[in-house]
Amino acid sequence: MNTTAIDTAPPAPSDYYSLTEAPPRNGTLLGFWIYLMSDCFIFASLFACYAVLGTEYAGGPSGADVLDLPGLAVNTALLLVSSVVFGFAMLEMARQRKGAMLGWLAVAGLLAAAFVSLEVHEFLTMIADGAGPGRSAFLSSFFTLVATHGLHVTLGILWLIVLMVQTFKFGLNTDNVRRLRCLSMFWHFLDLVWVGVFSYVYLVGVLR
Amino acid sequence: MSQPTSSGHAMPPGNHDAMHDDPMHEHQGSLRGYLTGFVLAAILTVIPFWLVMGHVIANKQVLILVILALAIVQIFVHIVYFLHLDTRSESGWNMMAFIFTAVLVIIVLGASIWVMYNENVNMMPMSPQYQQHPISHQPTANQPPQ
Repeated sequence: MNTTAIDTAPPAPSDYYSLTEAPPRNGTLLGFWIYLMSDCFIFASLFACYAVLGTEYAGGPSGADVLDLPGLAVNTALLLVSSVVFGFAMLEMARQRKGAMLGWLAVAGLLAAAFVSLEVHEFLTMIADGAGPGRSAFLSSFFTLVATHGLHVTLGILWLIVLMVQTFKFGLNTDNVRRLRCLSMFWHFLDLVWVGVFSYVYLVGVLR
Repeated sequence: MSQPTSSGHAMPPGNHDAMHDDPMHEHQGSLRGYLTGFVLAAILTVIPFWLVMGHVIANKQVLILVILALAIVQIFVHIVYFLHLDTRSESGWNMMAFIFTAVLVIIVLGASIWVMYNENVNMMPMSPQYQQHPISHQPTANQPPQ
């Protein structure tokens, strides 16, 4: 750049703004990753809440009384398999095989739906047994954390159905591929959070 | 001032990742990667369930530490094999955001537990009857003097 040129002629806008530089590649994926990281904070706060309040039973049932480990094992397996199956769908997407991808996505969605229905059943059983979220601080923090995760999974299933319809109608265009990549990150992220839930809330919860 | 470039390939290495140019083929992973992640995650899930349900370790403190350690290892397995996080994705910004989040999450969790534990330990003990019937005693205890 030439300083004397500033006096004689106004500089072109491109000297100040990099108009020709492309935006960061896959900015949407980076943005969605940052959203997931912010979601981490929600779960971290709820985990901290459970860590602090998890032994305040108020004379009510403790973790060992109400938490169902065999049911938890089934739920954990469902979510892990669902996560891997979603990965298979992404591999088919990279090969541009729409039918196979939709098939794997349907399997992943059904597994997640089974997870949510088992969890709702567990909640209803606990509430019927008098161990609802209003019983003690332990149960309040338990329901808040686990239900927030379950709500995420439910919304993920809704998003999955919408994207399956979109892909079925309009094919694997750039927009749908980008959206499916975001949903893929969301899906794997929820499985990652579940690792914390089953380890800390349930397995440690029945011990203390 | 850096030279404006029209194509990502012309950028110097390290500025942007020229290897990842095609958004259609970003982070696609591989079948081997997903299956490796699945097997590792399954093993790291089965071990803590077995430890708790089979009453393998008698010492509760040790058992809890082992469960938490296995959970942290499994979280990293998920991040590497399922979320495909590495230093190259999105020019390293994914990794930066992740490290930032991890530091803050550790502070939020660790400090909350530490502070509240010390508060519980050091707080004046409540009277036994108050602890036994907290709900029936609370309204009268909190009522202002008439």
